[in-house]
Amino acid sequence: MKDIASWALNVAAQRGASYADARIADDRSRALSTKNGKVGGASDSESFGVGIRVIADGAWGFAASDDLSHAAVEATAARAVDIAKASSRVKQRDIQLAPEKAVTAEWATPFQIDPFTTSVEQNIDLLLKIDAELRSVAGVTLAETNMNFRREEQWFVSSQDTNIHQTKYTTGVGYAAYAFAGSEIQKRSYPNSYGGQWQNKGYELIGELRLLENARRVGEEAVALLKAEQCPEGVFDIILDGSQLGLQIHESVGHPIELDRVLGMEANFAGTSFLTLDKLRTLRYGSDLVNVVADARQEHGPGLGTFGFDEEGVPAQCTPIITNGLFTGYLSSRETAHNIGMNRSGGTLRAECWNRLPIIRMTNISILPGEKPMTREQLVADTDDGIYLETNKSWSIDDKRYNFQFSCEMGWEIKKGKRTRMLKNPSYSGITTEFWNAMDAICSRDEWIVWGTPHCGKGQPQQVMGTGHGAAPARFRNTKVGSAYKGT
Amino acid sequence: MLNAECRMLTTNQAADIFERIKKHSTADEVEVFFSGGKSALTRFANNVIHQNVAEENYVVSVRTVFGGRTARSTTNKLDDESLKRVVQSSENLAKVQHPDSDLLPVPDSCGASAREGSPSRRFEETAAVTPQQRAETVRKIVLIADKHKLTTAGIVSTSESVEAVFNSRGLNDWHMQTSSEISITMLAPDSSGWQKANSPNVANLDATALAEIAARKAIESANPRETPAGKYTVILEPAAVLDIVGFMFFDFGGLAVLDQRSFLNNRVGTKLFGDNINIWDDVAHPLQSGVPFDGEGVRRQKVQLVENGVIKRLVYARATAEKMKHSEHKDKVGLVAPTGHGFPLPNEMGEAPMNIVFSETPKPNSVDQMISSTERGVLVTRLWYIREVDPYEKILTGMTRDGTFYVEDGKIRHGVRNFRFNQSLIHMLSNVEAMGTPVRASGEESFDMVVPAMKVRDFNFTEVTKF
Repeated sequence: MKDIASWALNVAAQRGASYADARIADDRSRALSTKNGKVGGASDSESFGVGIRVIADGAWGFAASDDLSHAAVEATAARAVDIAKASSRVKQRDIQLAPEKAVTAEWATPFQIDPFTTSVEQNIDLLLKIDAELRSVAGVTLAETNMNFRREEQWFVSSQDTNIHQTKYTTGVGYAAYAFAGSEIQKRSYPNSYGGQWQNKGYELIGELRLLENARRVGEEAVALLKAEQCPEGVFDIILDGSQLGLQIHESVGHPIELDRVLGMEANFAGTSFLTLDKLRTLRYGSDLVNVVADARQEHGPGLGTFGFDEEGVPAQCTPIITNGLFTGYLSSRETAHNIGMNRSGGTLRAECWNRLPIIRMTNISILPGEKPMTREQLVADTDDGIYLETNKSWSIDDKRYNFQFSCEMGWEIKKGKRTRMLKNPSYSGITTEFWNAMDAICSRDEWIVWGTPHCGKGQPQQVMGTGHGAAPARFRNTKVGSAYKGT
Repeated sequence: MLNAECRMLTTNQAADIFERIKKHSTADEVEVFFSGGKSALTRFANNVIHQNVAEENYVVSVRTVFGGRTARSTTNKLDDESLKRVVQSSENLAKVQHPDSDLLPVPDSCGASAREGSPSRRFEETAAVTPQQRAETVRKIVLIADKHKLTTAGIVSTSESVEAVFNSRGLNDWHMQTSSEISITMLAPDSSGWQKANSPNVANLDATALAEIAARKAIESANPRETPAGKYTVILEPAAVLDIVGFMFFDFGGLAVLDQRSFLNNRVGTKLFGDNINIWDDVAHPLQSGVPFDGEGVRRQKVQLVENGVIKRLVYARATAEKMKHSEHKDKVGLVAPTGHGFPLPNEMGEAPMNIVFSETPKPNSVDQMISSTERGVLVTRLWYIREVDPYEKILTGMTRDGTFYVEDGKIRHGVRNFRFNQSLIHMLSNVEAMGTPVRASGEESFDMVVPAMKVRDFNFTEVTKF
């Protein structure tokens, strides 16, 4: 692979590139699913190619090809330089990259069981058993399950003598039960909605999640929601479960801290950010209990944002984002780091595959658990009058990341420290910094899980990326609840 | 690998690959889908080109069938060893399954006559656009931003693509098309404006006109005022209409009703929208684009989905139509027959109409006429981050973005801070007071379609954001 990369780098240099890197990637995935007792989908996919990124005449160019013959790789490199020179026609200053030490390295996701070595028959059988368990509940009208594996092997070589071979494994699994009656459709999912739980792990994740054991409860909850009370509208203390808090972090912390958004580079599509540069180390983002990090290191956990090196050869790092409530850091790249006075990238440039330009993406954006021991039950017991919300149903936030609205699959009324009755269609909304400043409790390490968000979209052409979010159940005071159904 | 001198996949090359795949297969039936092509996108922000990319990629997707069992395997490696491996992978996934009595044999060839009348959507001028030409288009847009002292961001993109399907019953079909797109945001210190257009023919795009409109919106919405949330008459420009109505069309698939996950459960044949709403799916419409056959190679038919507000028909993949004919719903869903809207098998979603065309209203109003006739309302350029809150009442939430204006006594008065909406699509399409001439529109939340601007009463804004 190094030979292939050297063809690209040599041609780029000959054509006038001042910097070049080549990423050769071999991507393999498997998707299995069932629906109402039958196999819904069974597919394998592989994709192999090279993406060549260059700076020429002070501007960027990128070209990618599925053809790794000598002639095609050289032609693709020449095309990247041609594109860069075209870019330079509309520039104001030359691209400058923050320095980064050359490195030669190997890195791979630690795993116990390679998911691609497991039996397809047994995996389908497990999904069908879960499916049957869901449908054994009277009133469940639709049952869906999924199991997904991915292996991404990548060789990164740059004109600055970096040479990295990296292999990442991802496993995802989940299921949902739907209940339709009258004029209502309700749904419950496990372990999370929209595809379940995803981590950078091997097949061992499947065994850790107690999938079959939870199926009947999930089916029963979907049916019970049809008869539950509508969540009231008003201002309440709310507790978010860990998976919902993970998505809250994703939308109202993870995206606004992307430095490319802050600098206007995503203004046409993903939007900009309220976190203008003057807010660094001056904005009180949240309460004293709010501590958020961007941590791509393996020791943080098996999040979808865990890796050895980002896609421009920068090692995985941990950046403090919110420290005791104070806003302290952005997600940065070699091109953007100087804008916040850093002389090194934060290591967050990532690409969906070989045919996409790496852009700033979330890694694992996680809220740290509370230091004081607290279980979920203790947090509920500590709440006099509130609502507990579980499992995301919908999410939306404005293009500067101020105003958000989330709805969840299921809510519980809390009275005098006890969960009393089930509530359907719970939703809450707010303004990002007001919300995070209202957090007054978070559970401790035992309740903390790194949740996976496998389908985050950003960029043009759009790229889908997996991100990780460590979170534990947390409480937010005086939150607006129920606007989603107001006036409808 | 394809010949480097002639990179676009040709019919003969695809036929040759299909023959090689058939030789490798032991399955009862084989279906192969080809897709890929060349694409390029020049991206700009802060009045400079900051990203500029090009890609070439071709994918072969093999579906094998063994007596009611099927699976798919996909690769972009076209050498013989890889083709053999992808066939084996598909067969291995299929063989371990239990037979599914609902799985149909692959379809027969539709014959050459069915292909007649398909419009050509490949334009040499679009296929030949160079990085230098895209940069020149960006330069023109930046000059307009500079002229108005604004900051601009956006894209200029072009592509040439091919899709083809072959199966072991002799079906083969082929579609090539080009695409071009321009999207422009103009930013002022506290406001913004946006425009987007796409077409198979780059000659149909006018970057200068789009940039001037986006700039005018940014300038005219400066110093936005906070206006209270509540129910307003709204004037939704075509992109805003597209973004929100796009969330209902997956529910028009027959399988969505069989699965009881559609808002049309028990509602086909009922009047759900206003008399003035007529919606078709028509891939051959002159303003549409896309492939004229579905995921099994069945030709897409023109289907009327909504007639005078009544839900008239669903669309069907072949297997869904068979299943519906034997279901308890068969007498309550109108005409049941395959319509050529299936997704590639195997899949859980079934089918959906993807070439939406709203019918022309007898007396179309321009957006200016809609504004003139509005006593108090809001003009919306674009909607953003739309998600479903309630699947049966079809309540959607989302934000306005990039040009939201207060209208009073028939005139635009000033820009307003952006609103969050929570709005039932059923109510919205029952409250349409005026419509424009349908145009080809493009947004970010839904697929491209032919839609009019709409004036809608009682649109439900529930919150206001900070800008």
